Amino acid sequence: MEQAEVMLDLLFYIFSAIAVAGALGVIVNKNPVTSAFCLIAAFIGLAALFIQLDAYLVGIIQILVYGGAVMVLFLFIIMLMDMASEERRRFGLGAVAAGLLVSVVFVVQLLRVLGDYSPGSKVLGVLPADAATDVEQIGKLMFTQYYFPVQVVGVLLLIATIGVIVLSKRELK
Amino acid sequence: MDWINIAVTLIKIVVLTFMVLLPMIAYSVWAERRVAAKIQNRVGPNRTGIPFTKFGLFGLGQPIADGLKFIFKEDLTPAHVRTGYFWLAPALTMVPALMTCAVIPFGSELNIAGYKIPLVIADLNVGPLFIFAIASLSVYGIVLAGWASNSKYPFLGGVRSTSQMISYEISLGLSIVPIIMIFGELNLTEIVKWQDANGWLLFPFWGGGEFWQEALLLIPVVISFVIFTVSMFAETNRLPFDLPECETELVAGYHTEYSSMKFALFFLGEYAAMIIGSGLAVTLFLGGWSLPFGIGSELVDKPLWLGIAHFFSFLIKMIGFILFFIWVRWSLPRFRYDQLMRLGWVFFFEIALANVFLTAFILLYFN
Amino acid sequence: MAIVVKRPKLTFGEKIYLSSIAKGMMITIGHFWRALFGKGTVTMQYPEEKWDENLPEYYRGAPALVTDEQDRERCVACQLCEFICPPRAITITPEEIPSDDQWAKVEKRPQKFEIDMARCIYCGFCQEVCPEQAIFLRKDYAITGVSRDEMVHDKKKLYEIGGVREGLVNKWNKLK
Repeated sequence: MEQAEVMLDLLFYIFSAIAVAGALGVIVNKNPVTSAFCLIAAFIGLAALFIQLDAYLVGIIQILVYGGAVMVLFLFIIMLMDMASEERRRFGLGAVAAGLLVSVVFVVQLLRVLGDYSPGSKVLGVLPADAATDVEQIGKLMFTQYYFPVQVVGVLLLIATIGVIVLSKRELK
Repeated sequence: MDWINIAVTLIKIVVLTFMVLLPMIAYSVWAERRVAAKIQNRVGPNRTGIPFTKFGLFGLGQPIADGLKFIFKEDLTPAHVRTGYFWLAPALTMVPALMTCAVIPFGSELNIAGYKIPLVIADLNVGPLFIFAIASLSVYGIVLAGWASNSKYPFLGGVRSTSQMISYEISLGLSIVPIIMIFGELNLTEIVKWQDANGWLLFPFWGGGEFWQEALLLIPVVISFVIFTVSMFAETNRLPFDLPECETELVAGYHTEYSSMKFALFFLGEYAAMIIGSGLAVTLFLGGWSLPFGIGSELVDKPLWLGIAHFFSFLIKMIGFILFFIWVRWSLPRFRYDQLMRLGWVFFFEIALANVFLTAFILLYFN
Repeated sequence: MAIVVKRPKLTFGEKIYLSSIAKGMMITIGHFWRALFGKGTVTMQYPEEKWDENLPEYYRGAPALVTDEQDRERCVACQLCEFICPPRAITITPEEIPSDDQWAKVEKRPQKFEIDMARCIYCGFCQEVCPEQAIFLRKDYAITGVSRDEMVHDKKKLYEIGGVREGLVNKWNKLK
């Protein structure tokens, strides 16, 4: 089992590096398309980490929804935008201050939460070999215990869709 | 034991992708040209055989000659492109197409000296979803090619392909929901095993199962099959829906500015996607590697000859499906763009959705 | 006046196109099957099979100069063909016919007559414009060479291809 764990560790570090580098690339790059691609790389690294945790469905959905659909639309819009003006734009003092504030709050929050745990204090239990697949488990939870929230989210999406149609149709006239 | 497992996986990756899939890509290009020629009463490439001899071998040397030609052509990078992305785009079309073959079960298992080797690289529990996820990434290659080329026809091609692929991903995904409901399983290997025992999904005439339920289930299965196949054509940008590279309107669409091996990668990526699509269709609907009439399905311990027969059974079905792709390409005219969108959003999306309910109804009340 | 185009009213079967698609697919696979067994294929395997004996009379191959029954070169170096030639493939250097020659009254003949076959487009304008019936398009089509110089047909080569042509109008003959 020794070698397998070495390999898993190695893969974990590779994919975390991809995810972190991608996330950094998003904010460091001036070119919006490069940022978008860095974000995709970050999503793929994250998906790989999920898959390493045996959460296949979450990982795949991460790629399918975020990587394959949402980011395509993002990219689509970025490409139709005027790139040159976007690259030249400078940030105002207010924007920088707000960004700093948000990140400081986030880091403090993160440190508080992480401070409660020392490394290795909480170990994920190993799944029993005869457990149902994660797809089945998620499906069961979604349609029994969390059936109402799922329905609410569905209605919310429907309202958003109708709203978009109404707004875009009004603009046509 | 661990290292043996890793080594076996590596060998499987090398053999299945580089010695099965890549030659299949090359020869599907040859088949495309030969079949197109036959359909149009021509001959097609029939001379490139053994060099310096008169043996043409039906032109079977053509893919090698094509490859050499692509490698030795001048690789032109126009001055106005965004170079980094221009280089990245061809790889992004080829790599996802090759990655998806990781979950396709090419055969049952090879029993070599008591050591059973399943002929699938990664036996994931989310097989079809994995294929859709990775295939949805292949749109980036086209979009990026269109954008990085920095000229109008490739850009239009990229824009078209984006909306086309997103639209048809929906009907593609919805069309296999009824199938998964029938199998009750997302693992492609298990799906094929189910079909091996109970008859192929489209031809459930052997194996177990209740007659009435099977006959009724054929209705949603056939609807699913039609939607799945048509959406697969749209996803792989094959001819009735090849609007991203529509020659009459867009010169060559997203790969207008590409030459040499970079163009070849786009070209091969399209065929790789087509082959994987055929593989998925065969796995889901035509029984994967299982032999017809339930031959050998009762054997639990599969001997070596059965494993090899399963492998070739899968290959033959896949080749048949590829020939169907080619046949359609040389028969049907191209859709107009609004027709394409109408077909995807107004018809297939709704029918696929209704099909899910129909299947659920049948499964519930005719059990 | 505006024309009202009557659109045919399609039945439901025609509207979903499935029957027409099936019909089209049957046609193509029919062609495929026939071609698979060697029937219906019209391609000729060129270097082995040639169509030479079936070339029609009006076939436009390489242009060439002809001599007539009296072994006289018919070209009088009027240079009309040189002027009309669209790709400017023809170059003529005229010379005077010496006065002691039998055909001295024709006055001119080409000293050099060159057709660059790398430029010739086989349009046949030269043949059409020639007032002397001196240049004809023959049935030679495989004109090859390993250099540009080899692709230029000089006078000797042109007469070699053209040969002697009988039954033409002989307007320079002495009246009897």
